[in-house]
Amino acid sequence: MITKVLMPKLSEAMETGKVIKWLKKVGDPIKGGDVIAEVETDKANVEIEAFGSGVLRKIIVDEGGQVPVGQLIAVIAEPSDDIAGLSAAAPKPAAPAAPSSGTGGSPPAAPPKAAAAAPLPDMESYRSVPATTQVVPMTPTAAAPSAVAPGVPGGRVKASPLARKIAAQSGVDLRVLQGSGPGGRIIRRDVETAMAAPRPTATPAPPRPAAVPARPAFVIPPRAAAEFEDVPLSPMRAAIAKVMPLSKGPVPHFYVTSEVAMDRAGELRGELNALEGQPKISVNDLIIKACALSLRKNPGVNARLNGQAIRLHHRAHIGVAVSLDAGLITPVLRDCDIKPLSQIAVEARDLAERARAGKLRVQELTGATFSISNLGMFDVEEFSAIINPPEGAILAVGSVLEKPVVMDGAVAVGLRMKMTISCDHRVMDGAMGARFLQDVKRLLEEPLRLLV
Amino acid sequence: MAAQQFDVIVVGTGPGGYVAAIRCAQLGLSVATVEDDRPGGVCLNWGCIPTKALLRNAEIVGLFNRAEEFGIKLKGFEADYAQAVQRSRRVADRMAKGVEFLFRKNKITLVPGTGSLKSRTTVEVTGKGGAQALEGKAIILATGSEPKSLPGVTIDEKTVISSNGAVRNESKPRSMIVIGAGAVGMEFADVYAAYGVQVTVLEALPRVLPIEDEEVSALVGRVFARRGMTVRAGVKVKSVAPGGGGVAVEVEAEGKTESLRADQVLMAVGRAARTTGLGLEALGVATERGFVTVSPAMETSVKGVYAVGDMAGRQMLAHKAMAEGVVAAEAIAGRAPRPVDYGNVPSCTYCRPQVASIGQTEVQARSIGREITVGRFPFTANGKAVALGETEGFLKVVADKSTGELLGVHIAGPEATELIHEFAVGRTLEATLEEIIHTIHAHPTLSEAALEATLAALGQAIHL
Repeated sequence: MITKVLMPKLSEAMETGKVIKWLKKVGDPIKGGDVIAEVETDKANVEIEAFGSGVLRKIIVDEGGQVPVGQLIAVIAEPSDDIAGLSAAAPKPAAPAAPSSGTGGSPPAAPPKAAAAAPLPDMESYRSVPATTQVVPMTPTAAAPSAVAPGVPGGRVKASPLARKIAAQSGVDLRVLQGSGPGGRIIRRDVETAMAAPRPTATPAPPRPAAVPARPAFVIPPRAAAEFEDVPLSPMRAAIAKVMPLSKGPVPHFYVTSEVAMDRAGELRGELNALEGQPKISVNDLIIKACALSLRKNPGVNARLNGQAIRLHHRAHIGVAVSLDAGLITPVLRDCDIKPLSQIAVEARDLAERARAGKLRVQELTGATFSISNLGMFDVEEFSAIINPPEGAILAVGSVLEKPVVMDGAVAVGLRMKMTISCDHRVMDGAMGARFLQDVKRLLEEPLRLLV
Repeated sequence: MAAQQFDVIVVGTGPGGYVAAIRCAQLGLSVATVEDDRPGGVCLNWGCIPTKALLRNAEIVGLFNRAEEFGIKLKGFEADYAQAVQRSRRVADRMAKGVEFLFRKNKITLVPGTGSLKSRTTVEVTGKGGAQALEGKAIILATGSEPKSLPGVTIDEKTVISSNGAVRNESKPRSMIVIGAGAVGMEFADVYAAYGVQVTVLEALPRVLPIEDEEVSALVGRVFARRGMTVRAGVKVKSVAPGGGGVAVEVEAEGKTESLRADQVLMAVGRAARTTGLGLEALGVATERGFVTVSPAMETSVKGVYAVGDMAGRQMLAHKAMAEGVVAAEAIAGRAPRPVDYGNVPSCTYCRPQVASIGQTEVQARSIGREITVGRFPFTANGKAVALGETEGFLKVVADKSTGELLGVHIAGPEATELIHEFAVGRTLEATLEEIIHTIHAHPTLSEAALEATLAALGQAIHL
């Protein structure tokens, strides 16, 4: 059997891919599932698995070669198979199809389209998996994969059309499901079970006896419940579980913490929120704006590793982590560097509300260049966050707390907030993170700068 | 006398029993079957198959009546009802012989006689030559069903007949009252009317074919009336009294009582499981409302004893029985069979226009709170149907609005009973409206109505 190895299409937007490395040589025996090459795309580096078995007969695109999606890059076949017609396929406008026998001197009857058809992606001929040592090509949210699950070779999910639609609508990631249909096919029932699973109906707390007067001895009341229970991973939790180790593992994090005096920011917020007809501004809105302006000033932080390059983003799209029952999700507020505070406030509230209602669109979950995770509402003094790949940094924000501070030689009460940036050391260094934090701190401490 | 030993004993060789027996044999089990009539059961001998032969005759008579439409002039023709029945007997005989052949081919022992359970592994067969015992590691009961009557009405198979009589009688009455407008009643009404019998159809529920979609019922009722039958739904039969060379039927409709007369009454009010004398009680086999209770693997409350087909309840349809027979056989052979999906059993009625459906009716889908979209396509707009001169009816698709899930499909019209399977496959594969519309349907075919109705559900019908 002859298996054509084609450049895989890993996202809707992907047009070309580059062969970074061949892991097999011509003549090597290949078993289905063997990793044969590494390929670089705009989003990630992936390994290509062989779908068919045989011998690697021909490498058509050498290391470093960049070809369109669907282009033949290698041929796997039995030693006896005749692959002469295949190896001829050159990049781009493929070789003309061999004229059918008997046409004699007449021009080839094959219409020009026949040749162009060759580079079409043949989904059966390759399988690709994320290369775990490289940048992770997925977002850590459960809703986003709905766009990629069907048809994307990386997914290779066997699911019924109805299961796919229900999954897309409900944000269930088909890739983490076990199919119960014939041959492990994911059917409607599996998706519905997954939808039901993440929220085990909160069993109403058993009615407690009315306030009992203090007893001399503590009696353990009879406990019906088992010692523990195994709650199935929600699809979102499963996605987080899958992606986070791909951040914390391969991405070397470092952390920089700084304390901000929030007194003036608090005053400004009070004044803004007293204005008639203006949206209410939260502390987090001020932080988003401060980060966005600082990212423009520190492009090295608004950056990510992209293959062998560092991609510097020119726009500040800020992912804002929203905690949900089933996990967390990071909707993206775009162009925060140019949007006025009032706009950020309106959009941030809208995104958070829709995130909790499960009504976000896929495009609202992708494309962040930097993220903010704020646990201030939980009375957290400080914490550090895990970078949301493929971003290069994330800011973890604690509560605004009243603290004794020294002002003009005397101890007074001041509002203080701690923030910690986690940075990808492959992309940036400590000083860059520190300078960024300094800028954020300055903006928040002189908050009128956020308005000008 | 030592009992003969088998892996499996199957009691009854209707569609449930014979399919179970063959599947057991395929899986390497030794099988004996017990039959008190002819192999093939009611379906092959007295039900599905001979009635389809009669309906084909009725269809041909109908075409002869329409000959002029096709520019064919006939100088009269004679349709002999007795010969129609004889033909249907030949068809049934041939199919029953087919079952005997399949038994021989699969080395299945056929034991004539009436079986009854003596223990969970023993079946006693009483036949012409006395009684004998068969021992099986597992037993499959498939004794089927028999026609029911109304309380106080005796089926004498002379003036008050059941489908058993109707399918055998070579003489036809001048007039007939059909009580019950389900599949059996409607099919016989069609046959008799085609042969010139004055037919009155009575149905207690508000419409004919009451389990079908309301629009389908309405259409079929209209067509039957147009063909000269009297169709009365929402009518309660108070009494059926044979006498005076015919039978009087007292009915109550809208609070008024009236008396109808006809030569014969066909009782088509449903069927009851045949379980008496099987020894179920003694063995403690649980039943519910006359039907044997079974697990998804078709096992009864007694381990090793299985039941399939009409006697096991749910839809009393041959194809459901066959599916259950396969499940029982595979369960006995230690496979893990996929249970029968009772929500995905096609229902077919072979009157003209044919009626077929699968899944939920529009009303059912709405009543469970589904937000639905409905697409309809009339056969008047289908080129093949127009060419055939068979434009009565429509195809209707009921789908979930947000996912396009195929909730139900309802067809009245030419070859409806064949057309339904596109949607049966679709539902099994969990296809949605999109998969149907992206399937190229050959032109011109009746199946294009399936495509067009599906397009209509998405507001995209081309030929409407």
